[in-house]
Amino acid sequence: MSLSAELASRIRDGVPVALATVISGPGIGSKMLVAPDSDPAPASLGDSELDRVVRRDALAELEAGRSGVRHYGTAGQTTPEDLADTDIVTVFVESWAPPPQMWIFGAVDFTAALARVAKILGFRVLVCDAREIFATGRRFPMADEVRVAWPGPVFAERGSELGSRDVVCILTHDPKFDIPAVKGALATSAGYIGVMGSRRTHAHRLERLGEAGVDDPADLARLMSPVGLDIGARTPEETAISICAEIISSRTGREARPLRDTEGPIHR
Amino acid sequence: MRELLDDLDRWRSAGVRVALARVVDVEGSGPRGPGAAMAVSEHGEVVGSVSGGCVEGAVVTESLAVLAGDREPGVITFGYSDDEAFAVGLTCGGTIRLFVEEFDW
Repeated sequence: MSLSAELASRIRDGVPVALATVISGPGIGSKMLVAPDSDPAPASLGDSELDRVVRRDALAELEAGRSGVRHYGTAGQTTPEDLADTDIVTVFVESWAPPPQMWIFGAVDFTAALARVAKILGFRVLVCDAREIFATGRRFPMADEVRVAWPGPVFAERGSELGSRDVVCILTHDPKFDIPAVKGALATSAGYIGVMGSRRTHAHRLERLGEAGVDDPADLARLMSPVGLDIGARTPEETAISICAEIISSRTGREARPLRDTEGPIHR
Repeated sequence: MRELLDDLDRWRSAGVRVALARVVDVEGSGPRGPGAAMAVSEHGEVVGSVSGGCVEGAVVTESLAVLAGDREPGVITFGYSDDEAFAVGLTCGGTIRLFVEEFDW
């Protein structure tokens, strides 16, 4: 199989893979596939030590879902002193990581709209509700997975999958479902945890969380509730946009203000 | 590149030569990040995009030059601050670098 065929099959299957390409210096055009789980297709950038260092760096880039350019000596040197005595090999590492996940708890009116917008943004969407008649694939055809379950077991089973790119949205207003969902979400490394409800609902929820032993201020500060940006959203669709806009701005660390009223580069 | 795979397959099985241009680096303001890609067939068919439309025309020209052997594979730079006065700029004021090569791997 050619390198590109191997790469294409991994990309299509959603299996993590990185492609390192020499874009300037000796060996321009040389390529190497890097994957955490298996032996990549045999290919080399021209030096075994360079291969080793690039593979190490590419795995880190892949882990973070990042792509970018790095500079090495022809034998994999990386320190400024070592680089002074060698030709420079510039390597572009391109990462294809699995899509980020959005777990939505609560099969309510807002769920379908949120799942739809999340799909547009490239999330793999899981919808979970304990009520069998609501949590059906027919009601949420856009979701990648619909589960009839309580939050606790879902987090116990798969919570370790969630990382900084992943999102949990809790849309039920029912404490007996909310509290275990919030508890489960806080035990993960999810980058964003949104919990729907009015300010009053959230105040009550905080009391119940306290009774359930969830009272670490650092934990509670992770909860985005009331959920979403203040854009005046009312319908489920508008609310979905408001939530997803907040997810984007929390990931980029940008204040969500009109660009007209801000300064500096638009794309940072 | 994900969105190019079907076209790359189609061209390869038809024996059509193709150049691949990938964004490798963006400085300042740039609409598409590293990994944005476009492919240009030897017949001038184009799929994908690498900016908001600011530099695609120039990338096609460079890609065809690589396929014709008039240009070595390598990095091309587009940017507002580029010294080459004729260079195409990005309307948003950033600089992007692309790696252009023949897709023969």
